[in-house]
Amino acid sequence: MTEATPTTPDSTAAVEVRGVDKVFETRTGQVHALDAIDLVIAPGEFISLIGPSGCGKSTLMRLIADLDEPTGGTLTVFGKTARQARLDQDYGIAFQQAGLLPWRTVAANVALPLELHGVGSAERRSRVEHLLDMVGLSDFADRYPDQLSGGMQQRVAIARALAEQPRLLLMDEPFGALDEMTREKMQTELVRISAETGAAVVFVTHSIPEAVFLSDRVVVMSPRPGRIQQVVPMRLGAEAERAARTEELREERAFFDMVTAVREALHGGSPVSSGPRGVETR
Amino acid sequence: MSATTAGRPTRMSPRTEATLRVVAPIAVGLIVLGAWQFLVSVVGVSDYLLPSPASIIEQFVAFFPSILAATLITGTNALLGLIVGSLLGILLASLAARWKVVDRMSAPIVAALAVVPIVALAPVLNSMFGADSQFGRQAIAALASFVPVFINTLRGFRQTQPVHRDLMKAYAANSQQVMRVLTLPTAVPFVLTGIRIASSLAVISALVAEYFGGPRGGLGSLISTSAASSAYARAWAYVLASIVLGLVFYLATLALERLVLRRGPGGGAR
Repeated sequence: MTEATPTTPDSTAAVEVRGVDKVFETRTGQVHALDAIDLVIAPGEFISLIGPSGCGKSTLMRLIADLDEPTGGTLTVFGKTARQARLDQDYGIAFQQAGLLPWRTVAANVALPLELHGVGSAERRSRVEHLLDMVGLSDFADRYPDQLSGGMQQRVAIARALAEQPRLLLMDEPFGALDEMTREKMQTELVRISAETGAAVVFVTHSIPEAVFLSDRVVVMSPRPGRIQQVVPMRLGAEAERAARTEELREERAFFDMVTAVREALHGGSPVSSGPRGVETR
Repeated sequence: MSATTAGRPTRMSPRTEATLRVVAPIAVGLIVLGAWQFLVSVVGVSDYLLPSPASIIEQFVAFFPSILAATLITGTNALLGLIVGSLLGILLASLAARWKVVDRMSAPIVAALAVVPIVALAPVLNSMFGADSQFGRQAIAALASFVPVFINTLRGFRQTQPVHRDLMKAYAANSQQVMRVLTLPTAVPFVLTGIRIASSLAVISALVAEYFGGPRGGLGSLISTSAASSAYARAWAYVLASIVLGLVFYLATLALERLVLRRGPGGGAR
């Protein structure tokens, strides 16, 4: 298997995945969603999971979030079990659907996690104000979600994910339903926000330029069974700060080289040649 | 503003369309009433078969105090039944949504209640609670209201979206919090729809239950008394009052629905 290179000692890793398998029981038999996944994510690191549909990238993110449980292997988040990390609210999460509660205002949606965890109303108000300012929606605090565009709803969802200042942000194709222009704008904002908060990010996407633009490392996955094909380090932000990733980067030579590298990783190796367990007889 | 191309059927302006929406049903109503009056007074259909609209209205005015009192009696029975039945429906539905056992236990009972013509219980309940008690009628209205409220509420409790459930799990919300923050607000539109359906059933049941004995004075008993004493126009006047009562219930619950949902997701399901 491809070895993911840990950049920090294991004890302080934001996420550590060791030999994780996930098998779904379906009516038509077993589906191997993930097979022997190894991955270590350092604190503050921005990781993208990329691959074709069915490669298990969303499943891997859901395992880290403890929304599903692995069939085998170990998975720790900040040195704790995924379950404990979820109970301790160590991560914030955003999905492809904004998933806002339609009967709550924008401000009340962002305040939801704070409310559930007993944060006082005065502090809640100031946090929400700050978060909405961060995503540029201060003027929309009293609107209802159906009065907002898709991009604005997604920004509310990101503000909500950041509400409790998590050290880990899990995002499952959060910009998947947006048009290209809104998408690029959101990516730039996410780079800024993640630099501001210093959180580690696990970002699921199927867009190569998106993964390249955002990430410190891109994890390329292959389907049936879901495996890590290759981990491509992005040299874009190696010496520069992450905040230095601006729109200009999209037009630089290095950006296109990295896009090519990820594309080759995606199309190059077939899943069969990537490991000893890849022999399929079906 | 433009869009009226020559040669094609001209499209109505929004204003004409709005006017037409109000005027058309009124016109139909007037034509029917006119035809009805014509049948009775010109063609000479017997007053026993079909009293004329004019004579019904005359009776309605003449007996107005009695009609008002009767409407209040039946209306009170229906309202009490609607409230109690709705509360029971919501309560049992939330229990059934929470515990599968309750769901399994209540499913056959609710199915039975939905199938049984509930007014058929009227004679039984009248003898159970005595001939001078309104309780039997209220109980029938409550039973009739219970079924749609229960079914709709239970469906509403099951409408939470996967993404919202994932979110609640990610927030490590306990089951009470999930109920308060997600499940109940999701169910509200369904509960209100159930109550709106139940409102008409409550009026119908309370009224029809009066046909089977018990204290006099309600609309149902007065309709049957008037018909039995050949005062057909008066019977129709009471029927008219029943229609008005049913409409009032329906419109009131519709207004409640609009009022509550106005702040929520803008009208349609998204």
